[in-house]
Amino acid sequence: MRHTIAVLVENEFGVLSRVVGLFSGRGFNIDSLTVAPTNDEALSRITLVTRGDEQIIEQITKQLNKLIDVIKVIDFEPEHAIEREMVLVKVSAEEQSRAEVLRIADIFRAKVIDVTPKSYTLEATGAPAKVSAMVELLRPLGLKELVSTGPVVIGRGAKAWKG
Amino acid sequence: MKLNGARILLECLKREGVDTIFGYPGGTVINLYDELFSFKEIRHILPRHEQAGVHAADGYARATGKVGVAIATSGPGATNTITGIATAYMDSIPMVIITGQVPTALIGNDAFQEADIIGITRPCTKHNFLVKDVKDLATIMKKAFYIARTGRPGPVVVDLPKDVQIAQTEFHYPDSVEIRGYKPTVEGHPKQIEKAVAMIMQAKKPVIYVGGGVILGNASAEMVAVAKRLGIPVTTTLMGLGSYPENDPNSLGLLGMHGTYYANMAVSHCDVLIAIGARFDDRVTGKIASFAPHAKIVHVDVDPTSIKKNVRVDLPIVGDVRDVLAKMLKVADEIGPDAKACQAALAPWIAEIDEWKTKHPMTYKQSSTVIKPQYVIQRLRALSDPDAIVATDVGQHQMWTAQFFGFTAPRTLLSSGGLGTMGFGLPAAMGAQAGFPERQVIVVCGDGGFQMNMQELATIVQNRLNVKIVILNNNFLGMVRQWQELFFDKRYSSTCMELPIDFIKLAEAFGATGLQATKVEQVDEVIKKGFATNGPVLMEFKVAREEKVLPMVPAGASLTEMVLAS
Repeated sequence: MRHTIAVLVENEFGVLSRVVGLFSGRGFNIDSLTVAPTNDEALSRITLVTRGDEQIIEQITKQLNKLIDVIKVIDFEPEHAIEREMVLVKVSAEEQSRAEVLRIADIFRAKVIDVTPKSYTLEATGAPAKVSAMVELLRPLGLKELVSTGPVVIGRGAKAWKG
Repeated sequence: MKLNGARILLECLKREGVDTIFGYPGGTVINLYDELFSFKEIRHILPRHEQAGVHAADGYARATGKVGVAIATSGPGATNTITGIATAYMDSIPMVIITGQVPTALIGNDAFQEADIIGITRPCTKHNFLVKDVKDLATIMKKAFYIARTGRPGPVVVDLPKDVQIAQTEFHYPDSVEIRGYKPTVEGHPKQIEKAVAMIMQAKKPVIYVGGGVILGNASAEMVAVAKRLGIPVTTTLMGLGSYPENDPNSLGLLGMHGTYYANMAVSHCDVLIAIGARFDDRVTGKIASFAPHAKIVHVDVDPTSIKKNVRVDLPIVGDVRDVLAKMLKVADEIGPDAKACQAALAPWIAEIDEWKTKHPMTYKQSSTVIKPQYVIQRLRALSDPDAIVATDVGQHQMWTAQFFGFTAPRTLLSSGGLGTMGFGLPAAMGAQAGFPERQVIVVCGDGGFQMNMQELATIVQNRLNVKIVILNNNFLGMVRQWQELFFDKRYSSTCMELPIDFIKLAEAFGATGLQATKVEQVDEVIKKGFATNGPVLMEFKVAREEKVLPMVPAGASLTEMVLAS
């Protein structure tokens, strides 16, 4: 099962390596990981996507909580959270595919951020499933390069999640 | 008044109640050692290798219950500590290790004797700190000790650059520290405790399985009280030995790979297993799928990650084991039948266990011609002080000590359980002796492990640490040889220690006494003489070379599939 886990940590050097080291040392998977400071400058927030059965996910959250620099861990349930990721995609766009790339970009509300006679570079933001649907449609047209932020996640509703 | 960082560090140690440290000087701790030169409140012991220094601080911590402290210089000094730190980490021993570091301006430049010790120790410490500013030093030291000794204890590294030791600031030691990401759960959940006691009281075949957490948490008395109150038999892991007196009729001794027949049978047939301060290590459980197959499992541990890591748990209780056990006792008195009734209800179960005990007691085949290693262990128990502390190295002798010594008090067995570190025993005994100069401290080694840190004879003699060293010499790396005999068709690849060493001369070269027994009838004589001799003594016993540690559950097999002593 895919899980998106948010980890609130002290914004200090070496914290990210503690988190990453935990995953590699214990053989847990990381599908994606993003990290940046929060509205509280003393804190950073890591969003990571991982996979595993219930027991593995429980160990992951417990082990994360055990790290001294980790302040909070939330394994978000999809129905209570909003996930977004951004991708930048470079796709070939020559004669016959040029219009098709733009049509797909339009459907997914992606922006063209760079253009050459042979390619478009698109920027798309959305739920991971939506973004990957767009990428899959672009792939047969000649996907040259893809870079993704990986998902970030925030809880639904008025309540904020702080340190 | 302003103090330099080196002095601040020592003042912090003093305020934490540290009276003994083990350390090795070098370029990046020379300022610290300069301060230490005139700082008389702390005893500094110089080991002959940094690894041994950390093991000594570890042995000191295991025996005394206090935080062990070791110092090493940067680079090779610091990397030499790794085995010691990893050993302490696996067994959750509270320690603070201070390493020197190159000046902050040089960090990352591949400076002379630079190593990224924070990076290297990250996976084998509970936490680590690089001190970048002398103003942070006192708070970091307070945090280091707090983290090391609370919750599930463990080693903490403080990396201290040379310029931070020289820089000056006002010294103020905080009374307490607040770490927002670190709040260990102390009190067990009352509802869970009630449910657990109710479940245990309904059990017909309960077993208590005790790990090192009970010793680390100073909860032996409470655990014994609960076991007695409810009439439940107790088995312990290697790390738990001594927490429940092995001369008690309800003691099942050791469980697991080299556990007793009756402990492994009891665990395999119990209906409720109460795990306290234990972590279901693979050496304990054997094949997980057939471990305690009929049991509901109650698991008490201060570390939530230990729970449900290896086995399913029906009733978890996170909390300090001492707190939880004290509450369990109270609940038992409130809701349950009295101790007599509890014992009566379990009589059929105890009778079943007694049958196992009679069928396959812990035994070995005595010999009149060759010294059996198990016999030496039994004689050591018989002839040593009742409160003697016994350190072991790792291997066959360690298991024989665990099986045949008969530990009756906590903190009397010091052994590397989790990491299984050869070379641990001698320096650990040295640390324990530094903590208890008046108590008898014995270390049982094999001839292999002894040679891994035998340079510490110098430290022992120099500091009058009167350790009694027992070498069970079979001229083999015996445990690996045993596996080769059983599972690799007796192909003794690199396990024969072919060079005969004159251990008596070796002891004498360092200024210790050396004794040797080659015949059965010399065993008592040597032990008595060794214990009666002032100062450190090395006692070598030439033992049966191909003796095996039995019972044995082969790796990956179920606990009921034991190879037994005939």
